[in-house]
Amino acid sequence: MEGHITPTKTYLAVFFALMVCTVLTYYVWTIDLGFFNVVVALGIAVFKASLVVTYFMHVKWSPILSKITVAISVIFLGILLLLTSMDYASRQWVPRNVGWENYPVLK
Amino acid sequence: MSDAHVATVDQAHAHEAHVAHQFVNARQQYESGNLGMWLFLQTEIMFFGGMFAAYGVYRAWYPEAFKIASTATNVPLGAFNTVVLIVSSLTMALAVQSAQLGKQKRLVWMIILTMLFGAAFLGVKAIEYTEKWHHHHVPGPNFIWEKEGGREVQILYCLYFAMTGMHALHMVIGLGIMTWLLIAALKGRFSPSYYNPVEICGLYWHFVDIVWIFLFPLLYLI
Repeated sequence: MEGHITPTKTYLAVFFALMVCTVLTYYVWTIDLGFFNVVVALGIAVFKASLVVTYFMHVKWSPILSKITVAISVIFLGILLLLTSMDYASRQWVPRNVGWENYPVLK
Repeated sequence: MSDAHVATVDQAHAHEAHVAHQFVNARQQYESGNLGMWLFLQTEIMFFGGMFAAYGVYRAWYPEAFKIASTATNVPLGAFNTVVLIVSSLTMALAVQSAQLGKQKRLVWMIILTMLFGAAFLGVKAIEYTEKWHHHHVPGPNFIWEKEGGREVQILYCLYFAMTGMHALHMVIGLGIMTWLLIAALKGRFSPSYYNPVEICGLYWHFVDIVWIFLFPLLYLI
């Protein structure tokens, strides 16, 4: 069965990029950027993950159904994180004493 | 069924003994296995995603406590483990390539190297857990936090042990899978025409690496 064979050179290049990113994550952490420390750290992590998925996990040369599954995984994870954070972010909008037990209609 | 027909079927399958009965050809078998593994990894992404969501919510609620707590983690050990896992991912990728090229000896060595790096990761993790135990940083009745925000910090340590613990469990399972792969490779079961299990085990190994890529900055740095 013929499949794409990635040359060792490509693997080493990806490995080198991952190492540089790791050092970069560590270096950025030593500088205080406030909120942007989180953004940069997660941005680098997403880039590293996409390198691993594309080259080490061969998604670039995978069957189209696998590629769609990977894309859907990202969308599902997005829904999970986004809807959860929407719920928790909006909870403070409702006053505490208007829980179901203090709801006017029930009194 | 006539004898002539049986003979034709046998001939059709003779050159592809590794293709299971239900598949038309090796290509279809490969694509089915690959898709199945990705569907499994999708459930794994959602599994770890739930814990990342919990982390996100608590971090948004107690940003200061999380910042103080992350100063107590051992960053050099965490960084070392990140490097160890990336190296193990490289050797795993090279194991798949070796199988594709039919280099049996190199395949065996790459699997052994991957297992050694995986074991090294778990060893370092054990050192870290022992350190946390001695510092009374394990959540529960013996938890001691000298600085302010002990309650919130304890939540972070719950998340720390839940997330790194589940990750470590995946590593242990990964080592079990790699042991099976090593035995199969030593038996010479893989060839350029059949390397599906090597690739699928590789997908699992790389996934566990990706989880750590996110855990390291979230739990140790920011």
